[in-house]
Amino acid sequence: MIWNEKQETMPREELELVQLRRLQAQVERVYATVPYYRQKMDDAGVAPGDIKTLADIRLLPFTTKEDLRKNYPFGLFTVPLERVVRIHASSGTTGQPTVVGYTKRDIGMWAEMMARSLTAAGVNRGDIVHNAYGYGLFTGGLGAHYGAEEIGCAVIPISGGNSKRQITIMRDFGSTVLLSTPSYALNLADTMAEMGIDPADLKLRVGVFGAEPWSEEMRRELEKRLKIKAIDIYGLSEVLGPGVAIECVEEQRGLHIMEDHFLAEIVDRDTFAPLPVGEAGELVFTTLTKEAFPVIRYRTKDISHLIADVCTCGRTFYRMPKVTGRTDDMLIIRGVNVFPSQIEEVLMKIEGVEPHYQIMVEREGSLDSIEVQVEVSEEIFSDEIKVLEGISSKIKNDIKDLLGISAKIKLVEPKTIQRSEGKAKRVFDNRKL
Amino acid sequence: MKVKQVAVFLENKSGRLAEISHCLAEAGINIRALSLADTTDFGILRIVADDTDKAQRVLKEKGFTVGITDLVAVAAEDRPGGLDKILQAVTKAGLNVEYMYAFTQVSGKTGMMLFRFEQTDAAVTALQAAGIKVLSGSEVHAL
Repeated sequence: MIWNEKQETMPREELELVQLRRLQAQVERVYATVPYYRQKMDDAGVAPGDIKTLADIRLLPFTTKEDLRKNYPFGLFTVPLERVVRIHASSGTTGQPTVVGYTKRDIGMWAEMMARSLTAAGVNRGDIVHNAYGYGLFTGGLGAHYGAEEIGCAVIPISGGNSKRQITIMRDFGSTVLLSTPSYALNLADTMAEMGIDPADLKLRVGVFGAEPWSEEMRRELEKRLKIKAIDIYGLSEVLGPGVAIECVEEQRGLHIMEDHFLAEIVDRDTFAPLPVGEAGELVFTTLTKEAFPVIRYRTKDISHLIADVCTCGRTFYRMPKVTGRTDDMLIIRGVNVFPSQIEEVLMKIEGVEPHYQIMVEREGSLDSIEVQVEVSEEIFSDEIKVLEGISSKIKNDIKDLLGISAKIKLVEPKTIQRSEGKAKRVFDNRKL
Repeated sequence: MKVKQVAVFLENKSGRLAEISHCLAEAGINIRALSLADTTDFGILRIVADDTDKAQRVLKEKGFTVGITDLVAVAAEDRPGGLDKILQAVTKAGLNVEYMYAFTQVSGKTGMMLFRFEQTDAAVTALQAAGIKVLSGSEVHAL
């Protein structure tokens, strides 16, 4: 099923015309209303009139999280606060929180993006949507909520936490769709096992997971344990929130970007030069229709590439492969770049190893060391030391083979690694850099 | 002819061992024999208890990772050469010992060896054929 057939299957040439028209209008409006953007464009020697083709977007300066922080809280809003109906903000764990606003029309557009996304994931009117994304300043909860309502689903606004109660409700209310972070879905699967509830006895059919990077191995694990289809959704509050891109249930291969509302570019990670379709680099988004908080060439720090092949689902939008790492999460261990999701992938390929892990990074003298903590499940436990040591060295060797780094493996008791209630914290970087 | 052992995974953290003993004490479980194997990072506590199922259950409830293994218990005369006689038979039969531990009964007449063999059933047959007294599980658990 396609929510907005006309838009989502528009021929490419037509789509590009829509994009150009919207881009020109957006740039003009931003230039006219936000002094900060105007100054940046003046400094770069570019005026709104210079955008004559889509490729001219490269003339425009980038926007970064730093720009958002400098304008805390409302400096980059393009409309007066009387027209803003919603404000969200990032948690600010890595500094000053970034604040975003929405007009009534923005909220409507967002609901449509989420309705399109959930429809692509196979969600329909009549579904009972268990929304375990956090409600609050975080865009996940409310963003997903409005989209599910738009479709006509019955939404359970359960938010995160209190897993046992979540599962009781899931069983009693007959939830068919789970919306959460992948790490929280895993927590729910564990809790079901503890409560002796077989996921096959629940009505859950599909999970739409996002807001943190997750590996293909994690997808297989979640699909197997929860007996569902696990669909990846992408979004970020600076651009919209959830609903910027979605996997279709037909292919589960690459996320369709809602290109009629968001212009995607891939740029070189170091030089920021635009890269051709197919090459991997940093994802950059320009909002085309947002009113209260548009962004121009926002650098997401997510690594991906664009896929131009037409998808069997019929959507003409370009796809981007699952984002498995952000430049922010990337660890540089003795000169080697490592994403936590790569370590996750290694762990989950080993039979019996639990998907609960933690990565500790230390610096001793001038050398970085990395310790991966893995819980000992009954499946891998043995009364013999040599068997457990064999598992440690297997993990160590696999990490060495795949990632080229030497990690210390520490086996820890079950349930000692903190369970996710929303976004999982897996990396503890104790280096004083 | 096999003895059930409860093995528990332990991180090397102070107080963990005491938590296990407390947990067993509260459940009224008596420990027949015990051994602790350790590396720098973790340890494996091996226990033979009077009630294996209950020991496994209460430890699991406390969140420990628990495994059950079969051991072979052999009575050794409590005098010089008692152990040697058994080990000579083990060697002769070509049995592979993963680990073993010993304890002496209160009566003081015989010692007891607990063996973890690679192939438990074959070991029982071979030892009995060599004239070694292999104790039954119920004999050991009910000591």
